Amino acid sequence: MNDYDRDEMMTVAAARMLWDGCVTFVGIGLPSAACNLARLTHAPGLVLIYESGTIGTRPTVLPLSIGDGELAETAACVVPLPDIFSDYLQAGRVDVGFLGAAQIDRFGNLNSTVIGPYAKPKTRLPGAGGATEIAAHARQVFVVMKASPRSFVAVLDFQTSGGHFEGRGKSGARGGGPTVVVTDVGILKPQPGGELALVAVYPGIPIEEARAAVGWPLAVAPQIETIAAPTRNELAALRALKARTEAAHREPVRLPI
Amino acid sequence: MTEFLPLSEAIAKHVPDGASVALEGFTHLIPFAAGHELIRQGRRDLHLIRMTPDLIYDQLIGMGAARRLTFSWGGNPGVGSLHRLRDAVEQAWPRPLELDEHSHAGMAAGYRAGAARLPFGVLRGYIGTDLPKHNPNIKSVRCPYTGEELATVPALNPDVTILHAQRADRRGNVAIEGIIGAQREAGLAAKLLIVTVEEIVDELPPAMNGVLLPHCTVGVVSHCPGGAWPSYAQGRYARDNDFYLRWDDIARDRGRFTEWMERHVRGTSDHRGFLESLRRVAA
Repeated sequence: MNDYDRDEMMTVAAARMLWDGCVTFVGIGLPSAACNLARLTHAPGLVLIYESGTIGTRPTVLPLSIGDGELAETAACVVPLPDIFSDYLQAGRVDVGFLGAAQIDRFGNLNSTVIGPYAKPKTRLPGAGGATEIAAHARQVFVVMKASPRSFVAVLDFQTSGGHFEGRGKSGARGGGPTVVVTDVGILKPQPGGELALVAVYPGIPIEEARAAVGWPLAVAPQIETIAAPTRNELAALRALKARTEAAHREPVRLPI
Repeated sequence: MTEFLPLSEAIAKHVPDGASVALEGFTHLIPFAAGHELIRQGRRDLHLIRMTPDLIYDQLIGMGAARRLTFSWGGNPGVGSLHRLRDAVEQAWPRPLELDEHSHAGMAAGYRAGAARLPFGVLRGYIGTDLPKHNPNIKSVRCPYTGEELATVPALNPDVTILHAQRADRRGNVAIEGIIGAQREAGLAAKLLIVTVEEIVDELPPAMNGVLLPHCTVGVVSHCPGGAWPSYAQGRYARDNDFYLRWDDIARDRGRFTEWMERHVRGTSDHRGFLESLRRVAA
């Protein structure tokens, strides 16, 4: 059976973009699933860095938080958090940084700070965390977000992290910015000038659906690729990882008294 | 000389109303017991500093203990919003909260500068972001060697930093194992460092490259087993992910939150009492 849902398709599509030996700055959620799927399938030498300070971590289950004990126990080393941001990320030692956000614009700029005005927000979101400097300094940024007109917007309420913004080349940003945006309807990539265009869709998803999910007139590349459906092997590895994770998170934790 | 005090005395003696306080620990070893003691003693007007406010600052903010928050990521990790933080920012409930908002890299630089007693931290950061437009503390400096424009943040020097650790010895040396976040820097940046510990031992083994805060940097040690719950202490107890999920419901509603805090935190006399009150609920 090769039935799969869109989350699985997104996760597999993101995992396939990682290569063996790639140094990856991982976020919680789908990026963490994609990175560990890649590590368990085609990229066993993937180096996973979580911002909590764990480097070369090889978790058997996915963490709920960015600092679960599992990450430290399976890491090659654990360093102080300031080292991660200054000596690894800022120093240019990260190949790929994963980011998500509440809003993205056509140049891959991201908002994870507020909906509405900053001083009196309608919705206060968690904020930047590591995102601003990941967006600046990772050699490439992979954005992973479900597409909807509410999240793929013409104008951001707040710019938390920079994509292909005007002046990026002259700023101190050392990384190349977003090279791909993986959504649940297809894949966008920046064109010359930095604007995102649809370059690939998933099997059975029409281009019109992808365009309707984006809140600006989405450019479409001349050649649209169709991403191959998840293989039996990819699905089995991903589902086993998720099953192990669910079982581990069901284990009751005793109060420490 | 490191003082050894019960937690309630340490807080009463060293953390006055209006103090700037950093309770650090990145997901791991969050000093919940100390935060609860601040609430029990009714502290007001605190300037809270912490990279990730987490549940402990959600609780302090919801109980009206804070006037200002320095932070870089204010969510419930892996779950979603911190509802009390959101309510304070969006609706000024129970009181307005000033924000001094940063990125992780910026706060880390602020702690490093504070630990070194330098006036500011410098980083190649805050690029392509609106944050400096809204936070006058984020400025820039021109490198005198290369001419490059670099971001600066003021040094973070909390009046008091409170950490939780696995072990201290009887002289006050503190050993931390596992994920350490910015604990070392926040500890050294403080005017006074208080550490709650799972265990006090006669002697710690030589630390080699492990993290040890030597006794000359540690002001106060308080013995407080379980003091990081519902976060965790590597090698002792696991993160209570289920409680982090349940907190979403407890904190969503002002009434339910207040009732929970009155019952389990203000209605108990210490951390052991707090944990026992939760065990009774679970049973």
